[in-house]
Amino acid sequence: MKRRKLDMASVPGKAAVGVDERFQVSTPLRKLLNKVFPDHWSFLLGEIALFSFVVLLLTGVFLTFFYEPAMTEVVYNGSYAPLRGTPMSAAYASSLDISFDVRGGLIMRQMHHWSALLFMAAIVVHMLRVFFTGAFRKPRETNWIIGSLLFWVGFLAGFTGYSLPDDGLSGTGLRIASAIMLSIPVIGSWVTSSVFGGEFPGDIIISRFFIAHVLLVPGLLVALISAHLGLVFKQKHTQWPGPGRTNDNVVGERMFPRYALKQGGFFMVVFGVIALMGGLFQINPIWYFGPYEAWVVSAASQPDWYVMFLDGSTRLMPAWEINIPIGDGYVIPPLFWPTVVLPGILVGLSTLYPFVEARRLKDTRSHNLLQRPRDVPERTAIGAMAVSFYVVLTLSGSNDVIADKFQISLNAMTWAGRIGLLVLPPLAYYVTYRICLGLQQHDREVLAHGVETGIIRRLPDGRFEEVHQPLTAAGHDGHGELDYVGWVVPKKMNRLGALGPAVRGFFYPIEKPAEAPVSPGHPPVEPRPEREEIGSGESRR
Amino acid sequence: MTSDNDRRRGLLARLRGERSAARSRGRRRLGAAVRLIAALTLAGGAYTVFAPGVQAQENPPLTGAAAEGKALFDVSCVSCHGRNAQGVEGRGPSLIGVGAASVEFQVSSGRMPMARQEAQAMRKPPVFTDEEVRQLGQFVQELGGGPQVPEGDLREGANLATGGELFRINCSQCHAFGGGGGALSSGKFAPSLRPASDRQIYAAMLSGPQNMPVFGDNQITPEQKADIIAYIQGTLKADQDQGGFNLGRYGPSTEGLAIFLVGIVALVFASLWIAGKS
Repeated sequence: MKRRKLDMASVPGKAAVGVDERFQVSTPLRKLLNKVFPDHWSFLLGEIALFSFVVLLLTGVFLTFFYEPAMTEVVYNGSYAPLRGTPMSAAYASSLDISFDVRGGLIMRQMHHWSALLFMAAIVVHMLRVFFTGAFRKPRETNWIIGSLLFWVGFLAGFTGYSLPDDGLSGTGLRIASAIMLSIPVIGSWVTSSVFGGEFPGDIIISRFFIAHVLLVPGLLVALISAHLGLVFKQKHTQWPGPGRTNDNVVGERMFPRYALKQGGFFMVVFGVIALMGGLFQINPIWYFGPYEAWVVSAASQPDWYVMFLDGSTRLMPAWEINIPIGDGYVIPPLFWPTVVLPGILVGLSTLYPFVEARRLKDTRSHNLLQRPRDVPERTAIGAMAVSFYVVLTLSGSNDVIADKFQISLNAMTWAGRIGLLVLPPLAYYVTYRICLGLQQHDREVLAHGVETGIIRRLPDGRFEEVHQPLTAAGHDGHGELDYVGWVVPKKMNRLGALGPAVRGFFYPIEKPAEAPVSPGHPPVEPRPEREEIGSGESRR
Repeated sequence: MTSDNDRRRGLLARLRGERSAARSRGRRRLGAAVRLIAALTLAGGAYTVFAPGVQAQENPPLTGAAAEGKALFDVSCVSCHGRNAQGVEGRGPSLIGVGAASVEFQVSSGRMPMARQEAQAMRKPPVFTDEEVRQLGQFVQELGGGPQVPEGDLREGANLATGGELFRINCSQCHAFGGGGGALSSGKFAPSLRPASDRQIYAAMLSGPQNMPVFGDNQITPEQKADIIAYIQGTLKADQDQGGFNLGRYGPSTEGLAIFLVGIVALVFASLWIAGKS
């Protein structure tokens, strides 16, 4: 029988033709694959959040195979001896089984938890990047709002997940959540009893949080993330100003192959870091906390880091109770202000910021070029203020651990937090503002006078001065005339090519370095190489 | 005036009248002295008749170990706890009735002698040997009794699961779920349980040192104490932390620190590296 000759080289092309003939995808795909993304390391921070979300979905699906979302009381009889024979909820027992009896269960649980922390951390870091570079400005305000909502939805996802193992720590967290809901005036008791199906803890909360954690909240997250990415596609990514980059173009790499390959690689790196942390660092050892009982509260019971600012605001809040003499008397507990009002204000401020800034600056143009933080001192200073506010609250959320381990009085920590919360943000504003102005001034100085060479010259009249390398030919007044274009100004001679190119290579050199002398005592004698004088520009005239 | 005189007529007036007669006063004094002597003799006689036959002594005789302990006490403890261990105002409490358990905990963990007066005594390398601690304990025990740590294996027949439950109910509020300790108000703290020995944990429960409440035998029975000790020593301290490096077992605070210091830092470097490849 005669065999047809198979031409391996033509297989991909033929297959692609076959696909296109059936689905007519080549025209839209070409557009997609040729889409250009600007390249800068800071644009990859949001990607960390996206990739850790993928890891969250993968590990989370694994965990649902073994987790039992029920508060039915069972007696534990698994591998972990110190809890054997203890009555506990089915949810906690199955979490223990995942940790000790399911093959690979513990590392999956730990990876899930670490990637949740990483997801939130990357969201915050990405948000800071977007804020400080002004990437939220028109036309991207919607995406900024979606991003802020992603933080709060991620917060919900994290809190519901934190509650699922039903160990002592998560029960304590739930207890606090129920107290927060109760503190809301008028509707508090109704909210609490509808969420918990009656009085805390009831017997339904774990099943409800489970369905919220595996279906509702992730569904919302997927929807928001899709909208977020879709808008980045539609509105195109911002870019830094630079040669050839304008407000109306995008300079970068095509989606395929380079950008896709890089992103694929970066996903592997993120996955690897999460897997390493899941394997190396113990997170939330639920077996030490024991099953949740209302009378069991451990010291150092903290929420995960992204909720800690609420814990901190609660710890700093003075015990100001408002008694309203209506009927039998109505009380607004102090808990209401730091845990319901404060986050409400924070959501409002963060989502509305782009509009506030545009209104203040009367700015209605579209911006596709980023700004260096130093060039917008006011915004940078406001950002520093917000960061210091958040950091003080977060540190206060673990102030008992800090007090204990650094041997500081807990009372002193509380007062330091109270004073710091009021004093540090304005201080951060002022210091950041001054730093921004100083950096701006230095940029302008280098543009006008040149880069410091480190060469000190003595003038005939005895004065010393440092030789500067101008960046351009001197103008009529002896100063270079270069405009600041919103991008990095070279400040070292290395940047101007004064030194030879560095030996390339990441871990080991992939180039041969220049020959070194055999012995420092007997260097090979060579004629002094001719050097061109580096002058200030004036001497050449 | 008349009314004044009327009022003085009575006891006062009579006294004044008799005081003026010197002879009669001297006689009265003599009579009083005789009556006093007679009363004292009667009381003393009655006491000698009815008092127990054992002779009361100023200092009860100390056993050998306690005498050694008193010698140590007089050198190292007397400045704060007083010559008779009765305590010194503003410096150290009375030790009468605290028992050997208290001495064993405080001295064997190096907390006593204290380095200085502060919110709470710190654990230090102990100054006294085990034998000296026993002698000091014996001395304090013989001063006024008090709780004592029993001899023998303190974890005998212990149940880990019961111990864990009791630990979480009674101890974890202050010493934390992992036994690493925690903060209390105004610079006071619950110390880490990691360096504590079986006897020290038992003594602490019995005597309630510093800010710790007393867990007497009627609250936590000796069997339950054995369970708790077994849980602390056999689980919290001996476990190899199944999940990997435990980050100090401080709960979510250090976990949050780790995700930024390890996770975010590593990935920012990775993104610098990847974005630099062009």
